[in-house]
Amino acid sequence: MNLDSLGIVFAVLGAILAAAMAGIGSAKGVGIAGEAAAGVVTEDPGKFGKALILQLLPGTQGIYGLLIAFIALSQIGILGGDANLSAAKGLAYLFACLPMAFVGYHSAISQGKASIASLGLLAKRPEAFGKAMIFPAMVETYAILALLISMLAINGVTNLNI
Amino acid sequence: MAILTMKSIFIYGLKKDREQILEFLQRKGAIEVSDKLPEDIGFKRSDVSSTKQKLERNISLTRTALDILGSFAPSKGSITDVLKGKKEIEIEVVEQFSEKHEQTMNRVNRIIELNKQNAESHAEVLRLQAEVQMLTPWMELDIPMDFSGTKKTTAFIGTLPRPWTLEEIYQSLAEYLPLDVEIISTTRDQTCIVVTCLKDKADAVGDELRRMEFAYPSITFNKAPCEQLEHLKNQISEAESSISKAQKEIISYEEYREDILFLQDYDTVLSERYEVIGHLLQNKNVFILSGYVPEKEAKNLEKELNEHFTIAVEIEQPSEEEDVPVLLKNSSFSAPLEGVVEGFSLPNKQEIDPTPIVSLFYYVLFGLMLSDAGYGALMVIVCGFSLAKYSHSMENSTKKALQMFLYCGIATVFWGIMFGSYFGDLLDVVSATFFGKKISIPPLWFFPVNEPMRMLTFSLIIGLVHLMTGLGLKFYQLLKLKDIKGIFYDVISWFVLVIGGTILLLSTEMVQGILGVNLTVPAVVADACAVLAIIAALVIILTNGRESRNPFKRFLKGAYALYGISGYLSDVLSYSRLLALGLATGVIASVINQMAAVAAGGVIGAIVFIVVVIGGHAVNIGINALGAYVHTNRLHYVEFFGKFYEGGGRKFMPYDMKTKYYKIKENVKNESR
Repeated sequence: MNLDSLGIVFAVLGAILAAAMAGIGSAKGVGIAGEAAAGVVTEDPGKFGKALILQLLPGTQGIYGLLIAFIALSQIGILGGDANLSAAKGLAYLFACLPMAFVGYHSAISQGKASIASLGLLAKRPEAFGKAMIFPAMVETYAILALLISMLAINGVTNLNI
Repeated sequence: MAILTMKSIFIYGLKKDREQILEFLQRKGAIEVSDKLPEDIGFKRSDVSSTKQKLERNISLTRTALDILGSFAPSKGSITDVLKGKKEIEIEVVEQFSEKHEQTMNRVNRIIELNKQNAESHAEVLRLQAEVQMLTPWMELDIPMDFSGTKKTTAFIGTLPRPWTLEEIYQSLAEYLPLDVEIISTTRDQTCIVVTCLKDKADAVGDELRRMEFAYPSITFNKAPCEQLEHLKNQISEAESSISKAQKEIISYEEYREDILFLQDYDTVLSERYEVIGHLLQNKNVFILSGYVPEKEAKNLEKELNEHFTIAVEIEQPSEEEDVPVLLKNSSFSAPLEGVVEGFSLPNKQEIDPTPIVSLFYYVLFGLMLSDAGYGALMVIVCGFSLAKYSHSMENSTKKALQMFLYCGIATVFWGIMFGSYFGDLLDVVSATFFGKKISIPPLWFFPVNEPMRMLTFSLIIGLVHLMTGLGLKFYQLLKLKDIKGIFYDVISWFVLVIGGTILLLSTEMVQGILGVNLTVPAVVADACAVLAIIAALVIILTNGRESRNPFKRFLKGAYALYGISGYLSDVLSYSRLLALGLATGVIASVINQMAAVAAGGVIGAIVFIVVVIGGHAVNIGINALGAYVHTNRLHYVEFFGKFYEGGGRKFMPYDMKTKYYKIKENVKNESR
């Protein structure tokens, strides 16, 4: 079997990993934060809007994963265009997608935990909502950095001549 | 345009005017009451906790009653209620309300009582229904359940586990004949039986039955089950009618809802007033109130107080040590961001109000992160429309939030046009799928999706400008404190180091290669920058530990401070989120458009297209606007404020009408004609 025919497989694997792992992470993060949010809203239904914002914060990793998957798929040529790449290039795409996959997965869960703590803060001191929002947002920085690197790497790989 | 100057105010009034003066001050809402004078022999603070407690109890009762009322007769509210704000009410209505107070309070208590009755009746119905359930297997029995036998016989009424047939039972009890066994009902779990035997064999039969795991029924009564059922059904319908009666009565109080709402506000206002009375210094005839008042309102307040009452007002400059409350006042462009600053912390005594500068950057950064002209236009339309329609009646906080998003929307439109994003690439997709000819609007500047490195460079430059502005504000604050040493050691040295270092980095080929810029920095400039940066670094090492006496410790502290340069690096890199979030909006928008385009074709296709586009973009705008808001806040709180701002000021909490549902109109009856 020609090894180069596997290039496209590697590349798609990378795209799928980015979308799947970041998505799973976000699902977990939003899920655990949602449980805490429901608790806060049981006590005071008026906090629904703010609790919802805190619950949503770990949701962005899933979107970043989707973004990377989409960029990768369109660069590979799966979404229109011809899909023909060497094994080396395919592997390069795979590795380019990995930062988003791993960091997305773990940061979303950690951010979910930070969101839970912030929901506790919201329940006890509703006036500190601005601060409560910042704590989970700090975690997201790393997801954003991973997004950035994955995005730049995919763009870079496209221009490579291998 | 900054922090309002506060003055201390002392009001000396006659005790007989106390209520009127306090009411007047409460309506003005210009004073924060605080205990500035100590108690002494003549003047004491009075204990108002019992009155306050009573008022607070009333408030919590009305809240409960309103909840109950809301669950039985939901009030018809709509989204626009938030925009409409509190309902205005005439001052005369307020004055007349004291007559209605007791009556309304009785209604509140009655509602709570009815709700309790209602809950009890519900529990009763459940209990009765459970009893009916237990009765069902015994329905065929035509003797009372507690029947124990006749003169010569003993009867056992009860259940055996698992189904039994008549033969099986007779076989088990064969020794004790003559006896009579009757099966009332059989289910999978139990068999209900009546065993009648001769009295002298009763004990033996009882023992044998027990061996068969016979059990007496858990309910017993002196009626035949069908009669008992009738009885229970009557009780249930009685309870149910009492439920519906209670509910009807609760709903009948719906017409007094307004009164109850008002009662809550009325008592909240009163409770606030009693709180203040607790802070007054009083003797037999005179009371003294002390507090803070913004300078610009002080004169006016003094004049009005003197016009209305026999009173003495003293206004003074607060002393240095006092913990003076902070109130911000900004232009209508910056004021919406006071909330953002307050969300971090209000400025302390030595700091300036950062709101005007924050507002300059806030809108720009928000716009860069959302960066879609279509989304921005939607924000502008929604916020602008709400503001235009309800601006006179809405709450101040709602108004500020809407204004903030209005300005953010304008900035978003601007950057959207610069980067050529209108609902992603909606126009391209629509023109290509439906009209077969691709039309696209070219960006005024460039497409970030095509040139991400250029966008990254731009983001980092914005970040550098933002951070240097922060340093500039620190310069200004130190200048105000006349801390010239601090300016040189903590501001200028860092400024030179960061700028020199940046130019030096830019002159290297590696960084130029990464950023894709082609910049030739003359060798002289680069060398000069290197020298300056080294001098600045030395200054930092030598001076930043200047509070320590020990020279060795001093040096170590300075060296550690220089390590803060890594903080600058990470701060600047943090602005790469401008690129990431900006791209996220655009790319997700185009994903939505492409998904919609897949379905397009024919009438149904067009409908699907429209549904997908509207739904998808609604979700995208929601998520990305939230992201832009959170991360703009973060860039300000962490990166920007980290350079110069600590906060820690105490918010000015005026003594005013903290009502929830009604706004009491100012006394305009004389002026209106």
